[in-house]
Amino acid sequence: MSQTSKQFCTFFLNDLFFGVEVLQVQEVLRCQPMTRVPLAPPTVRGLINLRGQIVTALDLRHRLELPERDAGSQPMNVVVRSDDGAVSLLVDEIGDVVEINDDAFEHPPETLRGVARELIKGVYKLKDRLLLVLDTERTLNLSGTATLTGEQNN
Amino acid sequence: MAINNEALQLQLIKDLIVESNEGLDRLDHELLALEKGQGGPDTLNIIFRVIHTIKGTAGCIGLGKIESIAHVGENLFSQLRDGQLTLTPPMIAALLEYSDALKAMLRSLEQSGREGDHDYSALLEKLRRLQTGEPLAEAPAAAPAAAAQNWGLFEDEPAPVGPAPAAPVTPTAQTPQAAPSKAAPVETPAARSGPSVSDTAIRVEVGQLDKLMNLVGELVLARNQILQFTGESKEPTLLNASQRLNIITTELQESVMKTRMQPIENIWAKFPRIVRDVANDLGKQVRLVMEGNETELDRTIIEAIKDPLLHIVRNSLDHGFEPPAGRVAAGKSAEGVLLLRAFHEGGQVNIEISDDGDGINVPRVKQKAVEKGLVTAEAAGRMSDREAFNLIFLPGFSTADKVTNVSGRGVGMDVVKTNVEKIGGSVDVLSKAGQGTTLKIKIPLTLAIIPALIVTSGGERFAIPQVSLLELVRLEAEQARKHIEVLYGSAVYRLRGQLLPLIYLNRELKLAPVAEAKNNEAAQIVVVQADGRQFGMIVDEINDTEEIVVKPLSKQLKGIACFAGATIMGDGRVALILDVMGLAQYAKVIAEVHDRALTDQAKKAESAGDKQSFLVFDAGTNAHMAIALSAVARLEEFPRKLVERAGGQEVVQYRGQILPLIHVARFLPDGGAAATPPDPMQVVVYTEQGRSVGLVVEHICDIVEETLAVRRDQRRAGIAGSAVIQDKVTDLLDVPGIIRAANTDFYTTTKEQP
Repeated sequence: MSQTSKQFCTFFLNDLFFGVEVLQVQEVLRCQPMTRVPLAPPTVRGLINLRGQIVTALDLRHRLELPERDAGSQPMNVVVRSDDGAVSLLVDEIGDVVEINDDAFEHPPETLRGVARELIKGVYKLKDRLLLVLDTERTLNLSGTATLTGEQNN
Repeated sequence: MAINNEALQLQLIKDLIVESNEGLDRLDHELLALEKGQGGPDTLNIIFRVIHTIKGTAGCIGLGKIESIAHVGENLFSQLRDGQLTLTPPMIAALLEYSDALKAMLRSLEQSGREGDHDYSALLEKLRRLQTGEPLAEAPAAAPAAAAQNWGLFEDEPAPVGPAPAAPVTPTAQTPQAAPSKAAPVETPAARSGPSVSDTAIRVEVGQLDKLMNLVGELVLARNQILQFTGESKEPTLLNASQRLNIITTELQESVMKTRMQPIENIWAKFPRIVRDVANDLGKQVRLVMEGNETELDRTIIEAIKDPLLHIVRNSLDHGFEPPAGRVAAGKSAEGVLLLRAFHEGGQVNIEISDDGDGINVPRVKQKAVEKGLVTAEAAGRMSDREAFNLIFLPGFSTADKVTNVSGRGVGMDVVKTNVEKIGGSVDVLSKAGQGTTLKIKIPLTLAIIPALIVTSGGERFAIPQVSLLELVRLEAEQARKHIEVLYGSAVYRLRGQLLPLIYLNRELKLAPVAEAKNNEAAQIVVVQADGRQFGMIVDEINDTEEIVVKPLSKQLKGIACFAGATIMGDGRVALILDVMGLAQYAKVIAEVHDRALTDQAKKAESAGDKQSFLVFDAGTNAHMAIALSAVARLEEFPRKLVERAGGQEVVQYRGQILPLIHVARFLPDGGAAATPPDPMQVVVYTEQGRSVGLVVEHICDIVEETLAVRRDQRRAGIAGSAVIQDKVTDLLDVPGIIRAANTDFYTTTKEQP
């Protein structure tokens, strides 16, 4: 058994506990003023100005096909790095940065279905709960989702 | 041409010096590594390439001596590289000496414009012996040492005029020096007093400049926000500081923009050679004339137009010019002239490529287009010449009967057009049978910062690039209800008699209308143009024009053709930039099939016939008057208090120049009475051959497009004739006549300054 461990930036989505490797996270921001992008895939919530850089914000609830956030609550931004520049993931609440031993890792259970199966890399078994690790690369790639632009609206 | 060449030569020499010095430093470094036994497998290759480049470049610009010396070294290195020789310590010493010799020549070239007269035959002999494996003679060993001393002294002196008893290295070495030595007097004083070229110029990674540009963009934003706050403050120190910040930021922005600018010469420099070679291949005689070499463009644009320009030049050599015999038969000189011209105009760069060849053969172009199935014969038949010229931009079009190595290979003018349009430019072609063809390219100065119109629709702000903007039309609620007509769900508006398809921006973008109450308000129509066709966008509000910094969209949004990018507004929020072409296709305002578009265009052109646009105004005589819109540069309003008097004339200061004013009414037969124009004065700026006058009129009525049946009228002063425009008899103003009558020096001075 290896003794290496990884650090994860954790957050909550619809009471689920998620994590992204800390090295992929550029920063965490409060709710930012956002510009809507008409005709964009519904997962794209808008564009934010991150110190002069224009960052696309994706609604992680929508991406993971979870129920919509309450109208009143303000999402937090987890800005992750990608080959294509920074992208913000909108989440409900930010958790701690946790360090987890690789021993605790397990591949996602076979019973996991749908989009979660595709986007969740695996599960870390923590003492009191499970941490779902997100595959950021796949999460940011929307080309597979059938909801691009307005084509299907015609 | 001669001046051009000299400047070009100087520039090439400068480049050679910078490049070669870098290369030689590298060479020294690698040689030393080899000496210590640290060389990698690639080391000799690198050295070989350095020498090879120096030889090639020097040869190209006629520096015979450097070329021949580089050549000797190249031979030695090629044998070393191929393993025919092994590197020995004496060889390394000789090669380092050799590198010093080249550097000395470069230094001399930089200081005096000449390669220097020093005799390197001893060194060359040594290298030759090393190459053939002969033992080194003792005698020449002293010479390099002496020479080395000299090289060290070159700093302040021009190259010592050595006795050079031996023959020059190659017999041709003297002749090619003619060009650089002619250039020498220009270069020498500057070179001696200031630091050398390689000290004042450094190479900077382009990415570094881009990063700098981004940072400046952010700084501009922060500045805008600070200015918003300090505007309300009454604290003088804070106001002062923010003013300074404002000025410095603007200057910084300009300077950083400048670092990214390059003269168009950078791409033109290789054209003389290409033109010569291609013309020779084709058996044609063509002289290349280049004007406006120093015109500067952003480097991204330089990159983008490099290939299109090259293609146009080749194309014009192949198709444009007739063979010498044909030219003589047509009464022209055997040698054709290809003119490249670049200049700035209205925030855009114009590039014109003109040949004085045979012009575009319209019937042949039409026939080829029909043969290739690009248009129907019927459509081709209806096409005007101008429409037919544009056929050459269709994909798959070629008139070349056989594929040559110059053209006919399927990379056609359509690629040129697409590439130019991709960077927000346009291509236009003009041609006259027997007289030649001119291609006009208009491109923005930079892609990073563009002027744009900011509009609001569905509660969101959008930026529309100024290049696609034609005009803005505002219809009051009453008018809007009456004049926006709906056919099967598509809205149209009659813009000066032509149907203008309309789209509601918020509906196309699936944005909710802000409120129902808007229905009672005025309609704002933004008339834009995409692919030569016009359409109108109805928006909620027209805000302002602004210089915006264009930022790309992330890959999640790349699929949306309606947006060209995004930008950050003064308040720090993001706004999307509309891609007018993409929007038009998305909204299906523009037919995607080319044939149909062309047929429509042809129809339009036909119905337009000899239609001309006119500016209709009232000069103060209560009669309608008109002048051709093409003669109007701008319409302006000047408050009366700005009028000054100079040389017995009324003038105003206008765009850094003195604009003489002419009260049109005073020169009309029945207008003398109504000589008091309103305040502010309505002025039509008329421009001819780069000179302008302001025609003061009572008020501007309209712009109309009419087919005119003009009745000539010579009896009345100041009037060229009369015509019926919009059911009213309208006099056409005789502008040159009025200007002469007003006794300005408009025409006399024009003649003196051709």
